[in-house]
Amino acid sequence: MRRAAIACLWSHWARHPLQLVTLLAGLALATGLWSAVQAINAEARSSYAEASAQLGVGQFDELRAASGPIPLERYVALRRAGWQLAAVLEGQMRLPGGSVEVMGVDLLTYPSLPAVEESSEADGIAPADALLAPGLLITRPETAQRLQGQPGLPPVTLSQNLPSGVVLTDIGTAESLLNRSGEISRLLILPDQGLGLAPLDDLAPELILVKAEGRSELARLTDSFHLNLTAFGLLSFAVGLFIVHGMVGLSFEQRRGMIRTLRALGLPLRDLTLLMLGELLLFALIGGLIGLALGFVVAGALLPDVAATLSGLYGAPVDGALALQPGWVALGLTMAIAGTLAASAQALWRLSSVPILQVQGQYAWSAQGLPTKLQAGLGLLLICAGVWALVAFEDLIAGFVMLGGLLMGAALLLPPLLSLALSFGARRARGPLGEWIWGDMRAQLPGLSLALMALLLALAANIGVGTMVSSFRLTFTGWLDQRLASELYVTASDEAQGHEIERWLDSRADAVLPIRATEVKVAGQTVFLYGIVDHATYRDNWPLIAEMPDVWDLVAEGRGALINEQMARRMDLWPGDSVTLLPGWSLPVAGVYSDYGNPTGQAITALPALLERVPDLPNTRFGIRIDPAEADALRRALIETFALSPDAVVPQAAIKASSLAIFEKTFVITGALNVLTLGVAGFAILTSLLTLWAHRLPQLAPVWALGIHRTTLAKLEVLRSVALAVMTAMLALPLGLILAWILLAVINVEAFGWRLPMHVFPMQWLILLLLAIATAVLAALLPARRLSRLPPSDLLQVFANAR
Amino acid sequence: MLLNVETVSKTYPGGRPVLDQVSLALENGETLALTGESGSGKSTLLNLIGALDSFDGGEITVAGTALSGLNERGRATLRRESLAVVFQQFNLIPSLSVEQNLSFQARLSGRSDAAWLAYLTERLGLAPFLARFPEQLSGGQQQRVAIGRALAARPALLLADEPTGNLDETASAAVLDLMLELVGETGCGLLLVTHSAEIAARLDRRLHLSGGHLA
Amino acid sequence: MRVRVLLFLLLLPLSLKAQGFAGLGTDADGFAVPQRGHVLEFPRDHGAHPAYRIEWWYVTATLTGADGRDYGIQWTLFRSALAPYEKDGWRSPQLWMAHAALTTPDQHFVTERLARGGIGQAGVNAAPFEAWIDDWRLAGPDFDRLDLQARGSDFAYDLELSAQGPLVLHGDRGYSVKSQDGQASYYYSQPHFAVTGVLTLPSGPVDVTGTAWLDREWSSQPLSEDQTGWDWFSLGFDDGTRLMAFRLRGGRGDFTSGTWIDTDGTATPLPNGSIEVAPLDLTRIEDRSIPTRWRLILPEKALSVEVEALNTHAWMDTSFPYWEGPVRVTGSHDGGGYLEMTGYD
Repeated sequence: MRRAAIACLWSHWARHPLQLVTLLAGLALATGLWSAVQAINAEARSSYAEASAQLGVGQFDELRAASGPIPLERYVALRRAGWQLAAVLEGQMRLPGGSVEVMGVDLLTYPSLPAVEESSEADGIAPADALLAPGLLITRPETAQRLQGQPGLPPVTLSQNLPSGVVLTDIGTAESLLNRSGEISRLLILPDQGLGLAPLDDLAPELILVKAEGRSELARLTDSFHLNLTAFGLLSFAVGLFIVHGMVGLSFEQRRGMIRTLRALGLPLRDLTLLMLGELLLFALIGGLIGLALGFVVAGALLPDVAATLSGLYGAPVDGALALQPGWVALGLTMAIAGTLAASAQALWRLSSVPILQVQGQYAWSAQGLPTKLQAGLGLLLICAGVWALVAFEDLIAGFVMLGGLLMGAALLLPPLLSLALSFGARRARGPLGEWIWGDMRAQLPGLSLALMALLLALAANIGVGTMVSSFRLTFTGWLDQRLASELYVTASDEAQGHEIERWLDSRADAVLPIRATEVKVAGQTVFLYGIVDHATYRDNWPLIAEMPDVWDLVAEGRGALINEQMARRMDLWPGDSVTLLPGWSLPVAGVYSDYGNPTGQAITALPALLERVPDLPNTRFGIRIDPAEADALRRALIETFALSPDAVVPQAAIKASSLAIFEKTFVITGALNVLTLGVAGFAILTSLLTLWAHRLPQLAPVWALGIHRTTLAKLEVLRSVALAVMTAMLALPLGLILAWILLAVINVEAFGWRLPMHVFPMQWLILLLLAIATAVLAALLPARRLSRLPPSDLLQVFANAR
Repeated sequence: MLLNVETVSKTYPGGRPVLDQVSLALENGETLALTGESGSGKSTLLNLIGALDSFDGGEITVAGTALSGLNERGRATLRRESLAVVFQQFNLIPSLSVEQNLSFQARLSGRSDAAWLAYLTERLGLAPFLARFPEQLSGGQQQRVAIGRALAARPALLLADEPTGNLDETASAAVLDLMLELVGETGCGLLLVTHSAEIAARLDRRLHLSGGHLA
Repeated sequence: MRVRVLLFLLLLPLSLKAQGFAGLGTDADGFAVPQRGHVLEFPRDHGAHPAYRIEWWYVTATLTGADGRDYGIQWTLFRSALAPYEKDGWRSPQLWMAHAALTTPDQHFVTERLARGGIGQAGVNAAPFEAWIDDWRLAGPDFDRLDLQARGSDFAYDLELSAQGPLVLHGDRGYSVKSQDGQASYYYSQPHFAVTGVLTLPSGPVDVTGTAWLDREWSSQPLSEDQTGWDWFSLGFDDGTRLMAFRLRGGRGDFTSGTWIDTDGTATPLPNGSIEVAPLDLTRIEDRSIPTRWRLILPEKALSVEVEALNTHAWMDTSFPYWEGPVRVTGSHDGGGYLEMTGYD
């Protein structure tokens, strides 16, 4: 009996292979996009974890100076007081086309490093090679390629046990590479300290103890980025499930007669339900596996851009290569199965609760959604719940909860609103055909509403994200113009040369603005503290978003500090508050400036005041003000006079270009996901229209019989689809704008620490409207074509045969 | 001559001829019953006359228009303006109300006449149901709407294919009575396909179709 | 004889495979080589000799606590040069390693320190004498009066050493031969220290008194290629005489050597073969069999004794493990001392 029933159920798919393909495609799309995002996240996270493990970061408590480096003498003194410490010197080494992170550790005392063990075992490196001049660099092969051809570098040995972009070496070698003799960035406090040591607070009050944290700073910094991606993945998943829902519904509807017969023949309902459940699970498995493969490919394609974003934005090392992880596969399949069950719950439930011989109405399957008023009420409730979550909790998660509530609520509200619009249209309709078109659209609405919801979500997400990105771009470019006011930026190779350059420029440039900074810890967080000279460049251009009166006088006299927006929001410091920049040195916050694209905190005060406290501030970087027409000549002269590398004297335009390039990369993945989501929504409309096709003939045949040409009917089919899409797009616009506002004013603030002004881009909306229309046309084209070529006999069948 | 069918043949691809050299004629105001077994080709003939399908040989002339010379657009116009059809089922447009359905064809063909429509509504007893939708009506009520819609446009020729085939005996008789009365009042010709000899007997003339030939 | 200092190189994670024990016999390249007839000069030679590959300052002490129990301590500072020069900063080729141990009859505490020369974290000055690594020190106004300190996470000691006799030069006026092939080192000792001080144990501090033995040795090529390990004894007898003896185990047979020290400090070198060394009992430690009871026979001095470990588990679980601990001596002469054994793999 069962075998016969299975064969019977399967015969449906054999006769409707397109349905099967669509169902699997929907599942694969849903699982694929979700899994792609998960794969990217998992890869990035495992890169962070690996990087932490490979470099022994975050496993030990550390000592850092409140400002600048720790002198070597301090390390030796602590050692001689009995403290077991491991010294690390870190810094960026400039290379053509970027820089690499040099991590110099005292190989003798640093806890075991996998890369060192690997390379010593494989290459048989002797201690003398690693410890004595010229030393030895250990890097990944990719990083090694970037080092190739650089003069004066020590030999390189390769290891896979390192993050990319990191050069591991002995601290002695790092000193000379970074030209930072006698400096230490941080001291690891090793386990197994001796008995009865004097407390560190007494021995080195100027050093700050940084507790080891289970997770790296990178993981925390990048959390928001990954949350963004996950939200997008979920959206795609939901949109993909609309397709599954449509196809499962259609297959159940079309097999209703078969189901009735099987039951009449004595197959128990329970068995039948189980069989169909089994069928769905099989599809979920197959579709899920295809989706995983798809996700893997998409993730592989997107990962390089994500890696570029992460390293550009956070300096986070992420491999461009993707590895298959078992957890990811399991999660993907689980999502596929859960999604399939969720999408088919309604159909399964109806199957198990419908009497055998119920006479089918024309809308039996499609019309039975929630009652309109209940659905509208639920939608409003969800929106309110989202707003409440944001008001109550005010953090990143709450922001996303609000987004979720808003989108779901709006999606639920869509059919009631469209229904309202259609009845309004129907009342205004002139002529019988017009009345019919409006009435017919309304009749179609229940069957199309899920697909239209998908379209609404996709369009709203597009408008929202598009508005955010464009607002960001506009603000960012404007900000770059303000912030990068100097015409040239020069980096000297050392202090002495810095001095010479400063003297040399004195008579040649309008102004030389030293860029001198030190790393400090404020409230346990890394902050870069800059000292500036008083100059109109700052007063005229610096992009302040909050300030005290006389802000620039306060800063110039060292009686106040400027802090960046990130720091202000994170530490809740605003003009008038006091900030402790160094132990024993607090200043009032005189102003807050916007500082986009920078994950860390920043503070600015007068250079003389800073030099009093941190006398050894490096002085190798300068901004040069000069008539833009003379900038190029001055640049050439600088390079010639001081034998500087062209990289060391950068024109403003080049910095702007590279900043914008990083910016564009950041949103490549967002754009890609946007397009994919819209594609999935279009696909959902197509499947819904195909689902409705079975119901369409009885609706169209009488009209045709009454003398309306098939071509006209086909055109009207497309027109209807477009009209619904346009109406949906109209509703998507305000939703998208609200979405954009939430992204800019809530999510961005929580995720990145800056708030952006919102700009609107009607041209984008127009393009999106056209895109929505195109989507609707494409989706309706297939059914319409089918209709225009339908033989009259098929239409006549409607009248002749009982269905 | 309202309708003239001359040696019309129809063969579906890959099958035996459904109609073979069939000829018949109908005058204005005349009613004709077309009877036959299942598969005798009577519905096919009605569809051909209704410009719903095309034929292979012969000629059909409806109200002076030869169908063989019409393209599909012409046929659609003819259907809209000169003909009306009542099928066994699914005559109505599900998304329109009873009232909209009733006036639909008349308005399509530009012959809307409110007084005539009101009269038809009254006669067909549909006044209480005007705001309803087809699926909310019984089978008999649906067919009455279909007849009302057909006659509202004052067609030259009404084609009916087993219009009471889905109804029980009482409803069937009531609907048939109404239809014949109103056809008489309208003055249009009626070609009615039925398998029932009883119904056929109530019309002016009767032709029997068997195996694609008129008996 | 404490040539294990070259193992120091093996401690570096970089060189796990680079060298084995055989590496001890490699030729010295660029490093100075001990010469017979060279006259040692003090206090200068108490200090470091960067031109030689390896060098150590090595103190062992057998102690008796106020609680009546026997104790032993070890304090060793090794210098190992990657190149025969010194240089300021991290790139100094002089590497330093130190071991400290405290042995009780039932416990053995060990800890280890590593450092680089050139930055001041470890080093040795000849006069006033100071040898240090981190907070561990062996220092005093001169070589006869020294303070000795070390600590680990579970023990510490702080001792005062005062010399009761002269320095003893081993071999030929400090030129000590280590193999049939003539490899040699400079080697002298101060075996006459009296000790007082405090040990810190997990159970609390213990006042102790006793005797200490300080070894100084430096070289560049101490072992032959076939030599795989050694057994080294420093013993003090109740009659005031002392014995240093070692056996180098090798493929071509054992090589033994030693020095007999009279009560007045007069040293008599014991050439290869004059002393007989034989293991009696083995102890299983970390999957190795280590001899922890020995017979020593020196016919020349009518000496026939059994040497037994105070604590058979005096295992030095350092980066490169070995056995070192206090011993009791019974037989023709009674007394105590220290035993060190390496190469039992």
